[in-house]
Amino acid sequence: MITVEQRAEFRKHFRYNVGRRLVLDKVVKCIVFLCVVVAVVPLVAILVNVFSNGAAALSWNFLTEIPGAVGSNDLGGIGPAIQGTLVLIGLSSLIGVPVGVMGGIFLSEYGNNKYGRTVRFFNDVLAEFPTIVIGVFTFILIVLTVGGFSVWAGSFALSIVMLPIVMRTTEESLKLVPVTYREAGYALGIRRWRVVFTIVLSGAKSGLVTGILLSVARIAGETAPLVFTILGSSQFIQGLDGPIDALPLRIWRLSSLPYDSSVTQGWGAAFVLIILVLSINIGVRYLFLRRKGQTLLKFKRLGSMS
Amino acid sequence: MMETMTKTPLKDNSTEDVKYKLVAENISASYDGIIAVKNVSMKFRDKAVTALIGPSGCGKTTFLRCLNRMHELTKNATLTGRVLLDGEDLYSNKVDPIINRRKIGMVFQKPNPFPTMSIYDNVACGLKLNGVKDKKIIDEVVEGCLKMASLWNEVKGDLKKPGMSLSGGQQQRLCIARALAIQPEVLLMDEPASALDPIATQKIEEMIQELKKEYTIIIVTHNMQQATRISDYTGFMYLGDLVEFGETKQIFENPRNEITAKYVQGQFG
Repeated sequence: MITVEQRAEFRKHFRYNVGRRLVLDKVVKCIVFLCVVVAVVPLVAILVNVFSNGAAALSWNFLTEIPGAVGSNDLGGIGPAIQGTLVLIGLSSLIGVPVGVMGGIFLSEYGNNKYGRTVRFFNDVLAEFPTIVIGVFTFILIVLTVGGFSVWAGSFALSIVMLPIVMRTTEESLKLVPVTYREAGYALGIRRWRVVFTIVLSGAKSGLVTGILLSVARIAGETAPLVFTILGSSQFIQGLDGPIDALPLRIWRLSSLPYDSSVTQGWGAAFVLIILVLSINIGVRYLFLRRKGQTLLKFKRLGSMS
Repeated sequence: MMETMTKTPLKDNSTEDVKYKLVAENISASYDGIIAVKNVSMKFRDKAVTALIGPSGCGKTTFLRCLNRMHELTKNATLTGRVLLDGEDLYSNKVDPIINRRKIGMVFQKPNPFPTMSIYDNVACGLKLNGVKDKKIIDEVVEGCLKMASLWNEVKGDLKKPGMSLSGGQQQRLCIARALAIQPEVLLMDEPASALDPIATQKIEEMIQELKKEYTIIIVTHNMQQATRISDYTGFMYLGDLVEFGETKQIFENPRNEITAKYVQGQFG
């Protein structure tokens, strides 16, 4: 037991320097705020810079037409690049999302052992891989074997880039679902895989969607693996076994040309890429997380009532 | 077997109409190297409420989880002994644990409705995920179970609202409705009212009295008054042992064991 005297002694050790504490509190708040500003400034600067440099290039024709001949007066547009990027995102997600989500389920639900730890380690290594290595790997594995650059090869390379991100975020968000929900499911006599696929997965939905969107944003901007796999093209898509164009590749090509008008087009293409990723992000969030948004709105309404 | 007989002062030999729905024989269980239940044998009568009481950490919950094979889902869990449901061993290799969990429903200490599901879906999911497709039957079961859990009148207009929008007591009754929906024969309840206020607790207790007419109910409780109010039989557990098991009246008014006496008189706990 603690005696009354001891308690008085303990109290002496607390610091009651209220003024200093209040100041410290404000200082910490300022530091946090400043760091946010430091983080946001480059972001805004990039957006403003990209837009102001590329705005001149933006037009309907720019978005829909094929690129003109290099050096000619007809600059053309980046239509094939936009189409290519969309196709590549779609196909890579078709491969990368199911495999990544399944892998994440394995790591979270069945991976509490030697195999799981090994897979987790190599998955993390893969996430750190320079993407150009993945490009070269795909070049050797697919492009050289099949004998040509293709949409498939590009999608394969990009899906490898997105795989570790999807896998890891899936694992982390599944682990956040409390064990009590799983137990409630098991107690209802629901089989394990069904508990995982219905109850756990739906509880982890928002984390899952965020992870997938992060990986989509990541691959939308990848250039290195594409150089070795889709090559680039100035035509709209001819088939999945042929080369196509993609926005990052087009940006790279345009900005390395010695003409000012091409460089402006490069900025314009960069702006288009940013907007594209942003709209995919907002669109997917709206589609999959709508219900959550609604409850949030309700909370706000309840809050304003009281 | 002799030991079981002495520990269960029920009229084993006198009448034939005594029916034991669930029989636990020599259950010992541990997790993470901690021995939580030591050689416990108990018989649970059909259409009766059996309460398990005892101080924290005495193995009540672990024992309860052995009865529907939930214990084996715990990390590093071990278990020996047998559990017979209508004479059939739940732990036999021939028996699928999933099928038995459908016969033995469970309600947990903290209300845990599925967060992404509506009130309706929370009750319906046990059916849907176990293969029931007929919408009419599901509707009927949902309504019936919500009525049995005496929640229907409060939610009948809001079945599409999220289950999490209910109050704590309502959520727990929703969980009971969810457990009832898979048409179990036995209902295990792990301190179902410990997180609830007195009024919600009273509602749950009334409901248990109603459910008793059809189900075998086994309830773990910290609350001795609750045990006297709702149970027909009481088992007192201490440090993993079943110290005494008998009719609730006898356990509380005339305990045979010294430790039981001290516990029910509130001398420790």
